[in-house]
Amino acid sequence: MVEWSDTERSTIKSLWEKINIAEIGPQALARVLIVYPWTQRYFGAFGDLSSPTAIVGNPKVAAHGRVVLGALDMAVQNMDDIKNIYTKLSERHSEEFNVDPDNFRLLADCLTIIMATKFGDIFNPEVQATWQKFLAVVVSALGRQYY
Amino acid sequence: MLSKYEKELLVTIWEKMSLRAEDIGAEALLRMFTCFPKTKTYFAHLDISPRSPHLLSHGKRIVLAIAEGAKNINTLTTTLAPLSALHAYQLRIHPTNFKLLSHCILVTLACHMSDEFTPVAHAAMDKFLSAFSAVLAEKYR
Repeated sequence: MVEWSDTERSTIKSLWEKINIAEIGPQALARVLIVYPWTQRYFGAFGDLSSPTAIVGNPKVAAHGRVVLGALDMAVQNMDDIKNIYTKLSERHSEEFNVDPDNFRLLADCLTIIMATKFGDIFNPEVQATWQKFLAVVVSALGRQYY
Repeated sequence: MLSKYEKELLVTIWEKMSLRAEDIGAEALLRMFTCFPKTKTYFAHLDISPRSPHLLSHGKRIVLAIAEGAKNINTLTTTLAPLSALHAYQLRIHPTNFKLLSHCILVTLACHMSDEFTPVAHAAMDKFLSAFSAVLAEKYR
C-alpha cells in the first residue's frame, strides 16, 4: 500500500482544486494523440484525427478527455484505495479495449506537462515529484488487471 | 522525422532558452534528481543542491549542447560525436536516464513557456530529445 504524507495529500488536493476537469481533460487526451500518434489506434471510431488542429477540435476527443479526468478525480478523492477503485476500469481496458497499459504512462506524462504549463512556478520540483508519484500509483493500478 | 516547420520551431525555442541556459538546465537537473532520486548516483561526487555552482554549470552545458544540436538537426550524429563518445566510454550512464532528463526538460520548458508550449511544440521537442538521446547512446555498444 502506498503511503502518503500530509504534505503530499495537501499538494495533490490543492493542485486538483485549481484545475478545471472540462478544460484539462480534453487537452490531455489531445496531447497524447498528437505527441504519441500510435495511441490513435484506440480511437478509430472518433472520426477526424488527421492533424493537431483536427484532434484539438474533435468533440469526441474532448468528451472522452473529460471522462478520463473524471476517473482521475476518483483517485484524488480516494487516495488510500486507488488500487481497488480502478479494478473494473483496469479490467475493461485489458479485456474489452485491449489497450497496452504503457499508454497510460504516456497520458500521465502529457498530463504532467499540461499541469506545468498551467501552474508555472508553483509546479516546482517537489510538487512535480509528488504529482508524478500520484500518477505512478494510478498508472500501476490501471495496469493491475492484465493477465 | 521532423518537418521543416518543426525544425524552425525548435531553433527558435532553444535560442530563447540559451539566453538563460544556466537557469533552465539547472532546473531540469534538479527536477530529475527530485523526481527520480536514483539519477543522483551519477553525481555523488558533486554538490547538486539547488543553485549550486556545479548544478548551474552542468545545466548550462547541457542546454547549450542541446541548442547547438537543434541548429544542426540534420547532422546530429556528427555534431554530437564527441559527446556520444564521452557518454559511452567515460561517463557510462545507463541510457534510460536520458529519457528521465528529457521528461524533466519538457516540464521545465512547459513551466517557462506556459501556453506557448503547445501540443505541436511539445511533439516536436519530444521527437528531437529522443533523437538527441539516441545519438548519445549510439556508441554504447
